[in-house]
Amino acid sequence: MASKTAAAKDIITLHGSAAIVSEFFCYAANSILYNRAVYPEESFVKVKKYGLPMLLIEDDSVKSFLSNLTSQISEWLEAGKLQRVVLVIMSKATGEVLERWNFRIETDNEVVEKGVSREKSDKEIMREIQAIMRQVASSITYLPCLDEACVFDVLAYTDADVAVPFTWIESDPKLIANPQMVKLHAFDTKIHKVDTLVSYKNDEWDEEE
Amino acid sequence: MDAGMNTSSHLKAQARFPLQEHFLPRKNSKENLDRFIPNRSAMDFDYAHYALTEGRKGKDQTAAVSSPSREAYRKQLAETMNLNHTRILAFRNKPQAPVELLPSDHSASLHQQPKSVKPRRYIPQTSERTLDAPDIVDDFYLNLLDWGSANVLAIALGHTVYLWDASTGSTSELVTIDEEKGPVTSINWAPDGRHVAVGLNNSEVQLWDSASNRQLRTLKGGHQSRVGSLAWNNHILTTGGMDGQIINNDVRIRSHVVETYRGHTQEVCGLKWSGSGQQLASGGNDNVVHIWDRSVASSNSSTQWLHRLEEHTSAVKALAWCPFQANLLATGGGGGDRTIKFWNTHTGACLNSVDTGSQVCSLLWNKNERELLSSHGFTQNQLTLWKYPSMVKMAELTGHTSRVLYMAQSPDGCTVASAAGDETLRFWNVFGVPETAKKPAPKAAHEPFSHVNRIR
Repeated sequence: MASKTAAAKDIITLHGSAAIVSEFFCYAANSILYNRAVYPEESFVKVKKYGLPMLLIEDDSVKSFLSNLTSQISEWLEAGKLQRVVLVIMSKATGEVLERWNFRIETDNEVVEKGVSREKSDKEIMREIQAIMRQVASSITYLPCLDEACVFDVLAYTDADVAVPFTWIESDPKLIANPQMVKLHAFDTKIHKVDTLVSYKNDEWDEEE
Repeated sequence: MDAGMNTSSHLKAQARFPLQEHFLPRKNSKENLDRFIPNRSAMDFDYAHYALTEGRKGKDQTAAVSSPSREAYRKQLAETMNLNHTRILAFRNKPQAPVELLPSDHSASLHQQPKSVKPRRYIPQTSERTLDAPDIVDDFYLNLLDWGSANVLAIALGHTVYLWDASTGSTSELVTIDEEKGPVTSINWAPDGRHVAVGLNNSEVQLWDSASNRQLRTLKGGHQSRVGSLAWNNHILTTGGMDGQIINNDVRIRSHVVETYRGHTQEVCGLKWSGSGQQLASGGNDNVVHIWDRSVASSNSSTQWLHRLEEHTSAVKALAWCPFQANLLATGGGGGDRTIKFWNTHTGACLNSVDTGSQVCSLLWNKNERELLSSHGFTQNQLTLWKYPSMVKMAELTGHTSRVLYMAQSPDGCTVASAAGDETLRFWNVFGVPETAKKPAPKAAHEPFSHVNRIR
């Protein structure tokens, strides 16, 4: 009996996978905004998630931005239309792109088309996400310091046949010329595979040392 | 870019000898033109190349022999040309930008200019001034040097506390402790730069008014043994003892002990409050660093600490809170450990660890630049300046002939004083002049033969 329930628990559906991935984005975005000090430290509260202390922003406008984003992302994920989500950090003064946090998503199309489910335990997924979150927290040791006030934006790369929702507009990719790139861990729900990569502007001053 | 050039030239070659291979299958088709007039300006070669090769792919899939680099290029091309049917979308409603504390135009203009033309700072390799510090106790676990906000340096030599006024260069004696109570084991200026706390070997702590040279009170009954570390947080004086206890004393009230943190099993030798006054970092001879949070510690949980960091393998005396990044703490380990570690004190995550090759006695952040200064013992007895976060060594300052036990930073952040087991106190102009105020650091009056001064 026990083994049966355990086995049942490890089954992951498209809906469940989309929920895990979109929730991951929400926490990852919060963590990036905190660790990169895009918003001041006081505007975050601590919660426990993925077996780690995580920080969530309390600012209402950012909160609603992220929750709208998360719900839209999860809708696209369930449709298998989302290819990539990018969190862009830009200089507030000049608009120059300083960092791009790139989450590439590979969707198992068989699941989307035929509605089958896959098997992977929550625990294992959690462990993979935990590793990514740890890397995000430690990224401040190698990323160049953001000396100036910054703003962020989120880009979603979707299939072309997706109708643009009313609240969204088409955007340019906001690329960084000649960036440094660091690949972080990936996680896989067996339905959605998410690769994480951060690219950032070369700090010339650091190079000279 | 290279790849792009190649393909366009490759395409040009194709354009010069057209219809040889690529259009061969179309020979029979009606649309085969007899003349080819290239109008390059209207052509998008990269697009054309992609369209050609992609179009071909369907036909001769069996003969598809392409190198991985070509494949990668094609992918990238597809990506940039936005041809793999991707739509890039962004939310119409942007989140509110973070509120700035400084007026935006001011900080923006301030940041842009020096960034592009930032001259490399000259870092003097020798000490600017050397003072004798006879009878300084050569004990790793003590804290005998502090530079107050009123620009007065306090140093404990044996049983006596001396004050050296950095703006005038004058020396005065604050107090000589009785033989049975001393020697002095720690010293720390209150934030007002007027009151100074003196920890003693007999577990007492004395509070002195430096302006009137008067003792204000004695804190006793808290510790069982010597008090080797002190840290002020407004009216709270936190003391760390050889008994492993950390006590918060409210110096305004009669029963001064307000909280006792128990977590260290051996002597507490490092104690620092964060800039916000919310978190306290403590390092001990038990190789442990604790982060105490005022709100967590006052609630009666079984473990009072917020984080217990056990990665160091030797005593931790050197602690330094980052002035420009909240929740970033640097810690340095003793002789058996030799590393500088960086912590996110909110999450307790170790962010980085750097082996310095020598015991780390003391750490100071540069207030004006993103740099960290560490002082070391055997073999070089040097001060090392690190760039943060790359941890590239920017300078090594040698001169001391024994381990550099204590460091203190002048209130303007430019000058560092270091005291070592070689009984000298040296001043280094290592941190440069802040960008905002380009006036020279307030230095002591320079006499012609004052290179070596006696402090008494």
